[in-house]
Amino acid sequence: MTAETIIQSLASGLLMGLLYGLIAVGLALVFGLMDVVNFAHGEFLMIAMYATFFLFAFFALDPILAAPLVAAALFVFGAVVYLLVVRFAVRAKANTGMVQIFSTFGLAVLMRGVAQYFFTPDYRSIPHSWLGGKTISIAGIYLPQPQLIGGLIAIAAFAGLYFFIHRTDFGRALEATREDAGAVALVGIDKNKVFALGWGLGAALVGLAGAVMAIFFYVFPDVGASFATIAYVTVALGGFGSVFGAFAGGIIVGLVEAITTLILPPSLKTVGIYSVYLLVVFVRPRGLFGSI
Amino acid sequence: MDKAFIQRRRRDLVVAACLAAIAAAVPMFVKDVYVQNIMVLTLLYGALSQSWNILSGYCGQISLGHALYFGLGAYTTAILFTKFGVLPWFGMLSGGVLSAIIAMALGYPCFRLGGHYFVIATIVIAEITLLLFHNWDWAGAALGIDIPVRRDSWVTFQFTRSKLPYFYFALGLACVAWFVTWWLEDSKWGYWWRAVKDNPVAAESLGVDVFNSKMGAAAVSAFLVAIGGSFYAQFVSYIDPESVMGFQFSLLMALPAVLGGIGTLWGPLLGAVILIPLTELTRSFIGGSGRGIDLIVYGGLIIAISLARPQGLVSLFSRKPKPAANPVREAVAS
Repeated sequence: MTAETIIQSLASGLLMGLLYGLIAVGLALVFGLMDVVNFAHGEFLMIAMYATFFLFAFFALDPILAAPLVAAALFVFGAVVYLLVVRFAVRAKANTGMVQIFSTFGLAVLMRGVAQYFFTPDYRSIPHSWLGGKTISIAGIYLPQPQLIGGLIAIAAFAGLYFFIHRTDFGRALEATREDAGAVALVGIDKNKVFALGWGLGAALVGLAGAVMAIFFYVFPDVGASFATIAYVTVALGGFGSVFGAFAGGIIVGLVEAITTLILPPSLKTVGIYSVYLLVVFVRPRGLFGSI
Repeated sequence: MDKAFIQRRRRDLVVAACLAAIAAAVPMFVKDVYVQNIMVLTLLYGALSQSWNILSGYCGQISLGHALYFGLGAYTTAILFTKFGVLPWFGMLSGGVLSAIIAMALGYPCFRLGGHYFVIATIVIAEITLLLFHNWDWAGAALGIDIPVRRDSWVTFQFTRSKLPYFYFALGLACVAWFVTWWLEDSKWGYWWRAVKDNPVAAESLGVDVFNSKMGAAAVSAFLVAIGGSFYAQFVSYIDPESVMGFQFSLLMALPAVLGGIGTLWGPLLGAVILIPLTELTRSFIGGSGRGIDLIVYGGLIIAISLARPQGLVSLFSRKPKPAANPVREAVAS
């Protein structure tokens, strides 16, 4: 193992990590806003990947161009999911935590079933996109272009999110609701509207990630499952609800995955991520950036 | 002690005995192997869910990684039998004890974690073990273990001609899991667990040993689930990591309890009686097309029941509205 291979895999790990962060940030946003873990988050990613695939298949729209459309579609989808399912789940009179877990989990199963019914269980991929399969060499390190652009999109999305939360009225409403939903209602902000927009925003972010992922990953009904577990670990590593913790968590997960693949057989690559999660929470039970 | 409470517990015991007797008589009238198979699975998942309910329902420590103990039970039995010729009955007991020990060893660091951190830790630990078994050549790796069939006998707990012995064992297991829950419900432990679930800080201040009561719940729960896993290995006589340790088992243990009523005595069995036949029937009648209609029905049902009946279906049977579990909190909320 030369220094070059190590740098090479760390660089690709970093890029993948930025994407993991982008996948996970929607989850962190919604959790921070209303203490709900969306167990259908992986299926949101799956839907976004299918949307990208079909935009390519029917309209020959390149995934990079499709990304904003997919994000917009997912925004609507996320808001609708909140209004139809989650709104009622958080109102449950008994076992609220359980109801949230299992209503969103039921949604995940339902979405997988719907995807299998309409799209069949076949693995699909986008054959000739602008970036697919291309690499770029920077100072002797070869980087896959889809991941590179994906990483840049992730950084831009995080910057945009930062600006949005701190500089816009809606962002402030979001922060305020996160801190004290009751007080927010007293000053006349419609809590439901903020929650719906929060869900929309969270879904739009995972939609962006899905559009990029569709360039270099197979699209199939169960694709969300493996990424969802990684997303939960990412969010938990950063500290539940911390949006920028998710960003840092994503980078850590990407790097750990790269290091694990250098040492262990590829089939064990997630073992590294999971072990790091356990190590972190055993030492810091509220994640790296969570307040104790 | 409250008289009505003692009466209720006695009534529960009588009802359970009657139901068990009726269940034991059912195979005399139902000869169809397919239906018998569904009955075995229903009883097995009822028992598993009842065991899961001890840790997650009564003690409130939601585990979505119980597939770990199910798999450990199955693997211990299968490995001891195929590699060392140890009879499944001893394998079953070893699997149970091993799982209980591992549950406590894992509980030691994990029970410090709260809420979602704990849930994710349980998922992640089960996944790591699954991946390790996938790569563990001695234990059959991804190919798994084929349990050789000797002859039909209770000694080797193998039956190829009839499903009835499996049915009676599963019935026995469900009865044991139910009885253990019934017995623990009114023991020191049962009260501790509910106190820990409702408010660990208040419980601790009243002298409840919070940590050890969680450990106790984990050990009992893991032991019973591992027995179920051993049984499953004998029942299907072939195991591989995915088929005994996959995430779906963790869910299939949790769902009946959630649908029936989490933290209740009858919830898990009620949930299993509804959910498992429904799953099997949708799978064989409309799922055969491979087009995911079974998933749609299943997912829609989970959403509908969890939203419409958050306290579980068992609440349909309670005659009068129960007093609020936590009067102060409810009063503040309303």
